[in-house]
Order: sequence, then structure tokens, then C-alpha cells
Amino acid sequence: MTEKSKELVVRKIERGTVIDHIPVGQALNVIRLLGIKGGEGYTVAVVMNVDSRKHGKKDIVKVEGKELSVAEVNRIALVAPEATINVIHDFEVVRKTTVKLPERLQGMVRCTNPSCITNKPREPVTPTFRVLSRSPLLLLCEYCGTRVLQEDVIKQYAG
Amino acid sequence: MFEGRDVLSILDFSASELEHLFRRASNIRPGTGLRGKILATAFFEPSTRTRLSFETAMLKLGGSVIGFGGEEASSLAKGENLADTIRMLDAYADAIVIRHPLEGVAKLAAEVAEIPVINGGDGKQHHPTQAMVDLYTIRKEVGRIEGLRVALVGDLRYGRAATSFLYGLCKFKVGKLFLVSPPSLRPREEVLEFLRSSGVEHELTEDLGRVAGEVEVMYVTRIQKERFPDPSEFEKVKGSYKLTVELAEKMKKGAIILHPLPKVDEIELGVDENEHARYFQQAAYAVPVRMALLSLILKGE
Repeated sequence: MTEKSKELVVRKIERGTVIDHIPVGQALNVIRLLGIKGGEGYTVAVVMNVDSRKHGKKDIVKVEGKELSVAEVNRIALVAPEATINVIHDFEVVRKTTVKLPERLQGMVRCTNPSCITNKPREPVTPTFRVLSRSPLLLLCEYCGTRVLQEDVIKQYAG
Repeated sequence: MFEGRDVLSILDFSASELEHLFRRASNIRPGTGLRGKILATAFFEPSTRTRLSFETAMLKLGGSVIGFGGEEASSLAKGENLADTIRMLDAYADAIVIRHPLEGVAKLAAEVAEIPVINGGDGKQHHPTQAMVDLYTIRKEVGRIEGLRVALVGDLRYGRAATSFLYGLCKFKVGKLFLVSPPSLRPREEVLEFLRSSGVEHELTEDLGRVAGEVEVMYVTRIQKERFPDPSEFEKVKGSYKLTVELAEKMKKGAIILHPLPKVDEIELGVDENEHARYFQQAAYAVPVRMALLSLILKGE
């Protein structure tokens, strides 16, 4: 345990969430998708470009004091389609889940085309997208054919 | 293969399904096949040809038409949402033709309605029945679509007729597409991406003069002044996309000029008398094509 800790760039957290296996360069986008701006009171560690046992390099985000909701976990898949979410209690992983980006996204993202029917209020319609590319994310609106890029999606959550 | 079907995008139809439609359009005659059937026309945007040719087609087959044109003519002016309007038409009619300024409305209408929904134009996106008419016109006037060199001229970015026509041409292994427009009115990225993946040879150009003598089909669309942020930009480009008599005379023997209409001044008036002009025939073919479509959708024959 002690030896292993020495290898870590950032110390273990006592209670919270570790988001692992984020593609290199996407850690800050994960934080933005979670709506974390810095004033929420969480201790946040961002680890970028470290060796990964699975494949080459990766980013890691650790959020002390926060457990993610299902909606937040699903959101992470938008920029880190192979991320694993580790829930930590007392320095130990108590639950490990892998995010999943479905082939069709419903309701998570808004269409960027202002004249798309899905942006009209008071109509029974849910924005629905086909996933054209997972990394980087590229979505196709099933209603108006508009292509929505990863940066558009991040903007919707981070403002 | 057509009965009960929605018509939302030309992309939903295969070349052989379109061939089937064209064969039916060639032999359809006025009659009473759709007696007792009611078509609802829901036009939230102005229309002359689409609406009237659908009405004519329905009446020629013994059917009836209900509907409205313009948002003010309906309860939407009172604040009703679109879905509720569609539910009402769904209860009254056997099929709905809808036109709306927002993209995706026809798809929403098809989700809400049990009866078939025909897209009569949704925003800048699709106008499938216009594309059917355009392809049918080429079929009748040139004899084939395969291998033809076709120029699309004008507003290729926001014009739904041009986009649907382009999609339709790709179904028929067209020879080459010349996309003639100012850079600001080139096809949208998703359309260009479709073109690239379809493998159809195409060229983006601004030079109508060079293209005129090279094509078998010249498809001209209106450049809408309101699309330009700066009116002086419009004044600068509009002349370069005008089909003049002089240019029309440079066209190959047997080549045809099409236009989904309405045209304003992108085609010089004298071209109307030119041997290549076929846009009025094109407008006339709208009736048999829509007769065939309605008959296939409402009766399966």
C-alpha cells in the first residue's frame, strides 16, 4: 500500500469519485461536463497524460466529496467513452462502473440548429441523435440532420 | 411497398422504389380510385405548386381535400401546439401533407399521427416529393438519369428542393454533379459529407458560364436575397448565377433546364422560349407524380 502510493502523482482520496481511463486531453472537458467550476467546495485533482495499463496514456480526474449521479456518469461518456467510474469510501473502491455511450442519444444533448423542431417549446419531442463518431464525439440530429460537435455539447453543460 | 408509408425524406426511398413510382406516374389516369379518401393539407408556409398539385392530384382520383394555409388560418394563431393540430388532422383525414418553416416537423408529425404523413417541405431540410417530380421530369425529358452530368445552381445551402434533388440524383448513379453557387451558399457540411461518402463525382464551382455547355441537366434555384447578411454582397453575386439566353444557347443539344419554381430573375425571361427550358413541364408533371404517390400510399396501387 505504502509503496504503491509513492507511485501516484496525486494521493488517494478518502471519499468521492475517481474517473479513470479518460482519453488524453479530455480531463478538463470531463470537469466541465460535470459542471465543476471550482467554487463547489470539492477537492479536485486532475491528472493528465499518465501511463495506462490498458492503452498508452490517459487522464484521470479525482473529485473528493462527490458521488456522481447516473445522469452525470452518462454525460462523461460523451467525451470519455471508455472511462471507468470508481466510487471511493475510506480510501477503497466500493463500486466500479464503466460508462457506456449508446448508439442513439436521447434527451442528453440539445440540437445546435435554432430552427430544429426539437428546440421548439411545448412540443412532445425529445432531441435524438445518432452517434457518428465516439472520439471525438460527433452527433447527427435525427430531426434536422444537423451535425453536433463535441465542443457544442461541452458548451451546453459548461455554459 | 408504399401503402401506409410516411414520406419524410427522399433518402428513405430506394432507386427501385422510385422507379416503381415513376412507372405508376406514367400510366395513371384520372378516376375514382381514391373516392372516400380525405387528404389534409397543413401548410404553415406559403405554397402554390406543392399544395395545389396535391389538391389537384387528390381531386383527379376522386378524393377530397381539407386543410389550411398559413399559420394565421389555423388554431395555431391561438397558441395551439403543432402536435395537437396534427392529432386533430389525424382523426379527420386519411393522409396529411405538411409544410413548416422548422426542420424536423414532418418527422414529429409522423410520430404523432397514425395516418401517413407526407413532407411538403420542412425548413431548409427536405422536400421529397419535389425531388420525385424533378427526377421524373429528367426521366421523361432525357430518358435516363444514370450517367448524366447535372449542374445545380443557386442557393444550395438553404434550398430544400436543391438538397433533396441532390440526394435523389445520388440514388441513380448520376455521372457528375456541378455545384454552382457563391461560397456562402454551398451545400451544408452534412450534405457534402453525404456526397463524399456516396462516391458521386462532384465539383464546387462559381462559374456557371463554364458549366453551361457541359451538362445534360441544368437545375436552377432562386438565390434568396434574405440569405445574405449584406445586401451589397447579394448585388455582387446575383448576376453570376443568372441563366441568360446567351448561356442557354451554349447548352448541349437535348440538354434541359429545370427549376423547382417560383423563379424570380435567376432565369432571364427569354429563356422561357428556349428549346432547353422544361420547368413548366416539370411543374405539370407534379400532378401525375403526386397522383401516383397518393394512390400508392392510400391504396397500395
